[in-house]
Amino acid sequence: MGSKHKFGLVGFAAMTALVAATCAKPGFAQDRPGPSGGDAAVAASGKEIFEQICQACHMPDAKGGGEPGARVPALAGNKNLANKDYPIIILLKGRGGMPWFTDILTKEQIAAVITYVRGHFNDYKDPVTVADIERIGVANPPVPDCNCGH
Amino acid sequence: MIDSLNPPTRRQLLTMIGKTGGAMALYQAMTVLGHAADSQFNGPPKLSGARPGSTVLVLGAGLAGMLAALELTKAGYKVQILEFQNRAGGRNYSVRGGDTITELGSTQQVQFAPGNYLNPGPWRIPYHHRTVLHYCKELGVELEHFAQLNHNAFIHRKDAYGGKPQRYRDLYVDFKGHVAELLSKSLNAGALDTAVTAEDKAKLFQAMREWGVLDKSMAYTKGMHVGEQRGWERAPGGGVNGAPIPGDVGTLSDTLSTKVWEQIGFYTEHVMQTTMFQPKGGMDHIGKAFAAKVGKLIRYNTKVTKIAQDDKGVSASWVDTKTGATGETHADWMVCTIPAPVLNQMDFQISETKKAAIRALPYGNSVKIGLEMKRRFWETDYAIYGGHSFTDQPIGLISYPTGNFFGDGPAVILGAYPFGIGAYMLAGMTPEKRIAAALDQGQVFHPAEYKSEFRSGATVAWSRMPWILGCCATWTEESREKHYQDLVAMEGRIVLAGEHCSYYGCWQEGALLSSLDAITRLHQRALAA
Ligand SMILES: Cc1cc2nc3c(=O)[nH]c(=O)nc-3n(C[C@H](O)[C@H](O)[C@H](O)COP(=O)(O)OP(=O)(O)OC[C@H]3O[C@@H](n4cnc5c(N)ncnc54)[C@H](O)[C@@H]3O)c2cc1C
Repeated sequence: MGSKHKFGLVGFAAMTALVAATCAKPGFAQDRPGPSGGDAAVAASGKEIFEQICQACHMPDAKGGGEPGARVPALAGNKNLANKDYPIIILLKGRGGMPWFTDILTKEQIAAVITYVRGHFNDYKDPVTVADIERIGVANPPVPDCNCGH
Repeated sequence: MIDSLNPPTRRQLLTMIGKTGGAMALYQAMTVLGHAADSQFNGPPKLSGARPGSTVLVLGAGLAGMLAALELTKAGYKVQILEFQNRAGGRNYSVRGGDTITELGSTQQVQFAPGNYLNPGPWRIPYHHRTVLHYCKELGVELEHFAQLNHNAFIHRKDAYGGKPQRYRDLYVDFKGHVAELLSKSLNAGALDTAVTAEDKAKLFQAMREWGVLDKSMAYTKGMHVGEQRGWERAPGGGVNGAPIPGDVGTLSDTLSTKVWEQIGFYTEHVMQTTMFQPKGGMDHIGKAFAAKVGKLIRYNTKVTKIAQDDKGVSASWVDTKTGATGETHADWMVCTIPAPVLNQMDFQISETKKAAIRALPYGNSVKIGLEMKRRFWETDYAIYGGHSFTDQPIGLISYPTGNFFGDGPAVILGAYPFGIGAYMLAGMTPEKRIAAALDQGQVFHPAEYKSEFRSGATVAWSRMPWILGCCATWTEESREKHYQDLVAMEGRIVLAGEHCSYYGCWQEGALLSSLDAITRLHQRALAA
């Protein structure tokens, strides 16, 4: 809860530009609920974070949904996740219709949820750590190109 | 035209300026006269003289697409619209009893009583959204007042006032009272003497006493004057016990723990101020009014899968989602209003810079939950007529219906409207669980009635709407800088329009303004071609 700029406190140089750009506070006021609600506390475990955040789009079975041309991609059985940097970049920067999650999740939570998705819905058992998140934050690689539905 | 003896009326003056100086001069003059500063809208575009036989293909029958079709038809173009869904309106959408809501992974049958509705998307129109208001008037959409700020509604925070909801009115009065007391104390102590002149200091004292309703010793305390703003322990009456008794004021710490300044700031925003409006009977009356004009141009259940152009024209390939048939539609020009999360998945023959712009546009998420209650207990038992009660739980707020005040029979409360974390949490649940969560969380405001008066619910999670997969475009200063002009630039025969192509994100006004701008440029290019 509290600070929306969760990465702002940690001298995370490469991330500061992203941090300024939160979904919750667009530069121009959108129709939106106003104060509260958006600040609810997200759990710490990878499984719970998946349930509280990711399955809103990727669905409880992580198989995504929709039809060709208007799809939310599957996370289950997704070969792109073999390289752990790939989901880290997307959570830090967003891609296509998916926003970045730096204003909602801490580095710890990002590491936990990627570890869970890679290990539980795929067979990539090596954990993702906060150090991995920081490494990507500093290296600041470009977002991999996409046909964003796949 | 203008009587040389009498000074011109304002209208005559504006007509004259409009005739001599053109639209921009008119706009500037109106601004000076205090008319139009609130809006870039300058009247309908009045396009005319399209080349005979010219055709335009519009993709998407939301408000941006239908306005484009309406005005381009007036200009003389032959227009066709392709629309994914079996209805027009796009995000301009209302659900009623008998409707089916289809999300990824679920369908709901709405059970509301006749006349009741939920606006899952747009629900309020600020007084300065001149484009929306103009077309409502032109198309005969009846608008009514939308109650926005209600002093008698609640604010709830788990860690303020022991989790007991407080009236906005009380918190607002307490907040300014304490701030006024503190400012006058520091003025008294001379702490601001280098910052304010003696004359302003005197005025500030007076301002703080009157604005904060401070007592003789410049303190914010319980008393009759505070009661006149905050309400009473015993309200004024007649006869023997007519005298009111003021209630206690909140402490500074309690007041601060509610963060009421956030609501005060919210209601102060240009787009959130009273006066606001809503179409009577549901927001979709706007979409329906457009469809009454251009509906015959729409091909429904038509999912565009590919867009191409060459120097002679444009084409869109599509699938009929009912029959599975495929087809291709050709035209001279194209206005594409398909939202970015779908457009970015399309085989789109367009420059890399525009593709990059489309792919740099994530959409936020939001959820709405309508709870139909057997009776209007918030009116009868709480004296709350419209407006919002805020909470820091995932539902974000509940909002009381405007319209049919004092009515008998069931009415629909908006039981949740979060963005961000709360929206993800609720969107991830099945519709049934979402509704149950909304009842659990919302009962903090109306514990005795909320569950026992509940009749039925309906909900939309925008991240799961198959034709958009999100709520609204999320721009940042950086992405605007890098991509906005690339996104809106007309490229060959194709121009994009819609909410995402505007600086009025997540407002119908943005969709309409973007459409007017896009078709004006399209028309210029078509005439020049
Ligand atoms: C939760 C929420 C609250 C809002 N609150 C307000 C408010 O209070 N006031 C306000 O003024 N605005 C509000 N808005 C914003 C407003 O709804 C939008 O700005 C506006 O309706 C967008 O219009 P549009 O024409 O740009 O897009 P849309 O209405 O989204 O139209 C796009 C159309 O394209 C169609 N389409 C998609 N893919 C394809 C395809 N492949 N082929 C063919 N067609 C396709 C879609 O089905 C849709 O009909 C809100 C929006 C949301 C989601």
